[in-house]
Amino acid sequence: MTALAVDAPHAKSRFLLDRADVMGTLFIAPAILYVFVLVALPFCLAIYYAVSAYTIFDPNYRFVGLKNFFDVMDSDVFRRTLINTFVFTIGAQVIGLLLGKFGAMLLMREFRGRAIARALVVLPWAVPVSLATLAWQWMFDSLYSVINWTLIAIGLMDPAQPAQWLGQQDLAMIAVTVVHAWRLFPFGVVIFIAGFTSVPKDVLDAATVDGAGFWRRNYQIILPMIAPIVMIALIFGTVFTFTDLSVVYLLTRGGPMNGTQVLGSLAFQVGILSGDVAHGAVICLFLFPFLLVAVIFLLRMLRRREI
Amino acid sequence: MAAVATNSIRKQFGEVVAVDGISLVARDGEFMVLLGPSGCGKTTLLRIIAGLETPTSGEVLIDGHVVNAMPPRARGIAMVFQSYGLYPHLTVWNNIAFPLRTQGTPRDEIKRKVEWAAGLLGIGHLAQRRPRELSGGERQRVALARALVRDPTVFLLDEPLSNLDAKLRASARSELKQFQQTVRTATIYVTHDQIEAMGMGDRIAVIDHGKLRQVGTPAEIYEHPADEFVASFVGTPPMNLIERDGGSMGFRPENFLPRQLLNGAPVAEFPFRVDRIEYLGSEHILYGALDGRKAKREVTAKLPAHATLEGISPGEWHKFAVREKELRYFDRDGCKVKNS
Repeated sequence: MTALAVDAPHAKSRFLLDRADVMGTLFIAPAILYVFVLVALPFCLAIYYAVSAYTIFDPNYRFVGLKNFFDVMDSDVFRRTLINTFVFTIGAQVIGLLLGKFGAMLLMREFRGRAIARALVVLPWAVPVSLATLAWQWMFDSLYSVINWTLIAIGLMDPAQPAQWLGQQDLAMIAVTVVHAWRLFPFGVVIFIAGFTSVPKDVLDAATVDGAGFWRRNYQIILPMIAPIVMIALIFGTVFTFTDLSVVYLLTRGGPMNGTQVLGSLAFQVGILSGDVAHGAVICLFLFPFLLVAVIFLLRMLRRREI
Repeated sequence: MAAVATNSIRKQFGEVVAVDGISLVARDGEFMVLLGPSGCGKTTLLRIIAGLETPTSGEVLIDGHVVNAMPPRARGIAMVFQSYGLYPHLTVWNNIAFPLRTQGTPRDEIKRKVEWAAGLLGIGHLAQRRPRELSGGERQRVALARALVRDPTVFLLDEPLSNLDAKLRASARSELKQFQQTVRTATIYVTHDQIEAMGMGDRIAVIDHGKLRQVGTPAEIYEHPADEFVASFVGTPPMNLIERDGGSMGFRPENFLPRQLLNGAPVAEFPFRVDRIEYLGSEHILYGALDGRKAKREVTAKLPAHATLEGISPGEWHKFAVREKELRYFDRDGCKVKNS
């Protein structure tokens, strides 16, 4: 009895780590801290700078209201950039996922060297973006590029007027979109392979017996069944592409004549390289409403994910 | 007439022979059960009939025509899978309508047939649900309805009851049998469960290691097994097999009774050492050994619970016997000896 009485005061602290509420708080704290310091704080800073006249040349804080927003919306470069961002995002997603689907269908088949092929497919993902983009830059070179050389060799291009892939605005837009799609492609393949393997064999056999041919099986059975997975991949890809500037910045620096500028690269150019922090912050904030919509959509999808 | 016939079907996966020359006929309206242990090739045979696998050699005939070159949809078959294979993203109604849509059936015809099939199986009220909202028994009925709307020449069922719990399985068994008798469509039913086979089959085909061991009515299979495999695969506990010169001798546990219960008819007598007794409610199972005889496994006797066990106690020798007409003889290769 006495021993019990002596032990009692220790008991509270001794079992502290067994308590779910204490441990829960402890475990979630780093994540909350991370989001607060690296997401919430910069976001508030961006708003703070967006309504000021802050530049690195004139670091005094002066409140100017929404003037910067009107400046940005009035600029032709910004409007062009906004359109580019959508073309880049949607184009890269569509091409990347379509290629991913066909790649996955090929890689699901049995053939010699499938393991090697599967490993190679992941390469675009694994190679550092700077290296990969450098390689693409060579391929897009107007004089020596494999692309132009091939097109000339098969007679689809006039050798006197080779395409200036990175020198003409429309072609440069196609170029950055294709390169980004190429980077997304392995992600698409992995997502579709995961989706395909999750479809039970019995369901596919039943569809075959029920008279569904290749197309009907694919588009009426398999695709609707894996749609939730694909949707999530699509939204993730969209969010990542929307905010991405690496391919554009490395391949064209937003040029020629701001022809391939996307929101991320323009914000970097204006806010960091040119030192106009206030306008840079405004351009960044334009990402927010679009991303918000995407994330709400994503969360709703996740909630009713089961078919 | 034969609804389905297979002619020396053989199927090899690499080195493994899954089906080894099976010739089998299922008649019109017949409920044929393919029975065998797991991995014996029965499901492969069914999938070959369905057209989901291509045989290495041999012919499949459905309704008198060789269908080897035909895709599954053209064979006039309908199949119910072990896990039903319902389309999870479609409602029950659309699941049942799917095979009709692929055939381009007119809309009002689809409506009529789906309603008829759903009504017959009593799932009309579930039409707008999705498969995940259904119980196991309901899913099975949806799968049957989906098979039914195609007016198939033959139903192919691949262990459709194995996903149900034991209680539901018993009622589903009799429902399924009744359903088949209503629609009178030839049915080939794959199972490893001998109770399902005995209870539902008009005829049973016993398969082992890809080979057909015996085809016959449940009574023929049980009373006159063609070989030692059939004798020991069918029946719980299985037939007792005792070595003798040039083969073996078998008798069913329920025919192995205390000597004094068998009067009149000529009997074969065996001293039986009872090792333990199991009480199963409706019967007693006695396990033990015979004096001076080598048995292939522990010898069992099955006594109805109302039979007196007086004087029978574990560890002692007792006089047991079998009527001579209940004895079955197998030769050295395990095959039934003629006229036994």
